[in-house]
Amino acid sequence: MKAFAMLYLELDASTSTLHKVDAMARYLRAAPPEDAAWAVYFLAGGKPRQLVPSSRLRELAASAAGIPTWLFEESYAAVGDLAETIAHLVPDGMDDDLTGLARWMSERLLPLRDADPDIQSERLLGWWAHLDWNGRFVMNKLITGGLRVGVSKLLVARALADVAGIDHKTLAQRMIGYTDPRTAPDAGRYGALISPVDSPQARAQQRSHPYPFFLAHPLTDDPAELGPASDWLVEWKWDGIRAQLVLRDGGCSIWSRGEELLTERLPEIEQAARQWVSQDGVGDSGVVLDGEVLAWDATQQRPLPFAALQKRIGRQRISASLLRQTPVIFVAYDLLEWAGEDWRDRPLQIRRRQLVQSLGDEEAPWSVHRLCLSPTLNTDPLGWADLAQRREAARGLGAEGLMLKHSHSSYGVGRTRTAGGLWWKWKLDPFSVDAVLIYAQRGHGRRASLYSDYTFAVWERQPDAEARLLPFAKAYSGLTDEEMKAVDAVIRRTTIESFGPVRSVTPSLVFEIGFEAITLSPRHKSGIAVRFPRILRWRQDKTIEQADSIESLRDLLLGSGAFQSISGVQS
Amino acid sequence: MLRLRPQGLYCEAGDFYVDPWRSVDRAVITHAHADHARPGHQRYLAAAPGEGVLRARLGVINLQTLRYGESVDIQGVRVSLHPAGHVLGSAQVRIEHRGKVWVVSGDYRVESDRTCAAFEPVRCHTFVTESTFGLPVYRWAPQSRVFDSINAWWHDNAQVGRASVLYCYSFGKAQRILAGINPSIGPIVCHGAVEPLNRAYRAAGVDLPQTRLVSEIDDRTSLGRALVLAPPSVAGSPWMRRFPDPSDALASGWMALRGARRRRGVDRGFVLSDHADWPGLQQAIAASGAQRVVVTHGQVPVMVRWLQSQGLQAESFQTEFGGEEGAEA
Repeated sequence: MKAFAMLYLELDASTSTLHKVDAMARYLRAAPPEDAAWAVYFLAGGKPRQLVPSSRLRELAASAAGIPTWLFEESYAAVGDLAETIAHLVPDGMDDDLTGLARWMSERLLPLRDADPDIQSERLLGWWAHLDWNGRFVMNKLITGGLRVGVSKLLVARALADVAGIDHKTLAQRMIGYTDPRTAPDAGRYGALISPVDSPQARAQQRSHPYPFFLAHPLTDDPAELGPASDWLVEWKWDGIRAQLVLRDGGCSIWSRGEELLTERLPEIEQAARQWVSQDGVGDSGVVLDGEVLAWDATQQRPLPFAALQKRIGRQRISASLLRQTPVIFVAYDLLEWAGEDWRDRPLQIRRRQLVQSLGDEEAPWSVHRLCLSPTLNTDPLGWADLAQRREAARGLGAEGLMLKHSHSSYGVGRTRTAGGLWWKWKLDPFSVDAVLIYAQRGHGRRASLYSDYTFAVWERQPDAEARLLPFAKAYSGLTDEEMKAVDAVIRRTTIESFGPVRSVTPSLVFEIGFEAITLSPRHKSGIAVRFPRILRWRQDKTIEQADSIESLRDLLLGSGAFQSISGVQS
Repeated sequence: MLRLRPQGLYCEAGDFYVDPWRSVDRAVITHAHADHARPGHQRYLAAAPGEGVLRARLGVINLQTLRYGESVDIQGVRVSLHPAGHVLGSAQVRIEHRGKVWVVSGDYRVESDRTCAAFEPVRCHTFVTESTFGLPVYRWAPQSRVFDSINAWWHDNAQVGRASVLYCYSFGKAQRILAGINPSIGPIVCHGAVEPLNRAYRAAGVDLPQTRLVSEIDDRTSLGRALVLAPPSVAGSPWMRRFPDPSDALASGWMALRGARRRRGVDRGFVLSDHADWPGLQQAIAASGAQRVVVTHGQVPVMVRWLQSQGLQAESFQTEFGGEEGAEA
């Protein structure tokens, strides 16, 4: 634990990728394999369910610190991180605990979940008393399940590759499924990660695993700089869940990009996939598709809002009515494996040709099937200007913009540069309105102590009532550090009232707020919900009277609801 | 005895102000930081050890000084100054009139070091306190441990030829660091904003290791072993380009929180403050024996509520000191 806590703090403090990989590799070389197993699990984003309710942690920490709960909450608001707040508040421990990370997990922390509240409290107090600040902080992080440390899975794979002396892509492949919450890490699994060759069991296990996902870069320049449009495969950027469909040895697995196994929650897609491979000429000797899971509105012939899909995926048990209300489909983009052969290094146009051939005719109405092909936009020769025009239709289809994939591109790993060119996401400009800041709350992480999380409102003007500000979105990202400081100062100066961590302010600041989608929502005061709201810029040139009204939002809602069917715009 | 006027904290009986923020006739100054010692008053009264730094910052002023513990009568009000342990010459102002005693502590630090006289508790009826770090999450480690880690960082950088740039407030913090670190590790360079205060400290008899301006260094390669003290404002400025592949750090109480460290984007944050931490504030307030406490700046509502819950009569004065993030903290 001590060594892992040191590593955690070193990673936390560093901004250099090289330094982080080096620090992880150093730790992994020195650590006993069972500890390394857990360290990799956490670093790669593994998260056991929260072991102790955070309300109990707060109460216990407040009483250990000898302070009332209001003072604990004030402290938490200033620190912006529960684990850190507790580490600061409880009395300094003796720093004489030498238990390794694996034993901490299996013998101490994991059994906490089923323990009586009194036992939980007694143990926590005991452990705090034997740990220094670093140890307390990391232990609290393990308990709250919030151990984010600013390393990507790919970086962990690089550190492991360094330790094992093998290629990092092989390691990325082996790491798939490693953070699955159903299997605890142990020395055996860690050994398999870094072994020079794959064991037969490992190979068998990996048969149900997807390939590492290849990710696109956001396009910020003029697409004309990418060369002739005819060199690119252009398709809609769907707003669903990116997934791979893995069909091997009679099995079917659907994995999300977050490496979560979704098969059981998508029975209709599984069924469609099994049917498909039972057809002539396909077979289940090994087929892997990359695509998007979408919730589908069959009458409108367009995806349902993302929220519907989220609700469906969030349920472990799916009722018959939910199945009816929110059917899902798998829209295939790419073919990664065919007849048991890894096709990722073949040019995209070859992979695509095989995909079209085996999944059906690109020209045919496609969305009646649960497993279908994502249509391309440039089957006819189109220039960038034509495509830019097409892109405008994306929102009517429930898409976010276009994807541009070079026809010679191979299927890479993560966001790395690969042979044959990159993939780009060419998103639509977000919706935007000018809104007024009315509430502020102190942020978390690097925004801790600063009033950096805001609630924005637009005007509601009714003929026989005074105009009032109607809150419609919360946002925190989008300002520079300098701007955030300046806004923080205004908030402190113009506070009307504080309730807990939230301050209401005299409205004076106007911001342009961007968002991706807008839907009706009876749960919100404004009757409207927006997706991914963020601050586009601070409108210091505008007074609050010049901010937008709820009418502007309703207009956007109507505009986005101009339901076009997909077949209507397909070429 | 003291009340708030637009100019500052005012003592009517003695017709003087303590650390006023607008020009007044007579100002009693707790210490020479800019938010407490402002230019433009007719007459100044301050502690003798702070004369040099006060003049270095304010230029020509009409200044009367008192030794710590020495008292002066101002229109029947007895005023004396007592060490606050914050920076060189910092003082708590004891004001006695008709059997009632108030103490205005200015900014203070309870852990002592050799750059200034140690904080001395002064008994009083009403204690006027700061609350810059008035949350229980602020608990300082002993300064020897902080200096050990600064030394280790500097040493490691020097080994690989990287300059160690440590951002710190020019007055007080910089000299405390100079007095605390191990000067045998390498040369010490101070920014032009720091050096005049080093001179004032040395002139007041505080022994500091040798420091140089960067322009005085002929052997450029020695900069790779140097500790460089500079105000935080020079980060990212052309001045910084002289140093080969520098590692940067910031010394401040605010570095106690990870969020603040990450926001700063420096390689290291050393938690070193010239203000009292939470236990220090409690200790000082208790030692004053005061039944009434007035909180002037920092975490004001939190401290007031806490002190009230401890059975004290607590209230706040809205001053123009420090603000919630005092720059020199």
